[in-house]
Amino acid sequence: MTLETMGFGVVATVLLASSLAVVLTPNLFHAVLYLAAALVATGVVFLLLEQPFLFAVQLLLYAGGVVTIVVFAIMLTERLVGERIAQTSRHVVNGAIVAAAVFVGIVGFLIGAPPGAPRPAETVDTTAAIGRALVGPFAVTLELLGVLLVVALLGALYFARSEE
Amino acid sequence: MIGLPAYLVLGALVFSIGLFGVLTRRNAVGILLGIELMLNAVNINLVAFARFNGDVAGLVFTLFTISITVAEVAVGLAIVIAIFRVRRTVEADRLDLLRG
Repeated sequence: MTLETMGFGVVATVLLASSLAVVLTPNLFHAVLYLAAALVATGVVFLLLEQPFLFAVQLLLYAGGVVTIVVFAIMLTERLVGERIAQTSRHVVNGAIVAAAVFVGIVGFLIGAPPGAPRPAETVDTTAAIGRALVGPFAVTLELLGVLLVVALLGALYFARSEE
Repeated sequence: MIGLPAYLVLGALVFSIGLFGVLTRRNAVGILLGIELMLNAVNINLVAFARFNGDVAGLVFTLFTISITVAEVAVGLAIVIAIFRVRRTVEADRLDLLRG
């Protein structure tokens, strides 16, 4: 068993366990903390795929930004202590059946697919390659993304404004 | 050496778990957390495909989906807070304003 296989096993276990905890824990605040763990584990999966830049983006934007925003929203809509923060689930059996069916469908498709080529060796510096692609073939997309972020910022401000 | 299918199965598992969360959670914030998991699983697939095909486009696409997801979460939670101000609840079952 190589080091990479062991690393993948550990990261996959952490990712799946914390993902299950996100959807199963009754405490909403704990669910957000488990989501942070799942997002960091996903970042480590990116590291296993030799993408340190995406790992950094994942930590900064997801684990840093999203978790902070969600914690803020929970604090504004629930009382942090007491019973209110508990959340219940409904139709657990139906949900499990649908989710399992989707998983079986995807895996069935994967089994039918031809085996992929082995992983090619990393030849170029992907961080530099991403940067060049962003200002080269994806320049217009990057600008559109900037517009989208401004629109989202204005929209969030509009929704969260006070009435007076 | 771990092959591409291992990463794809991992992504499919996380996607299914997120879907389960979206379908079963009552709290609107909990539903958003499930959507986060599903988008995360898609990112795993994108990066794995990009790495195994030696194509930088998948990585750039992942960068875009991460940014768009963060914007989506910000707007989604602003809507949740706005709904909470009006209805004093974020239980998805009780937000039936549009029911005929």
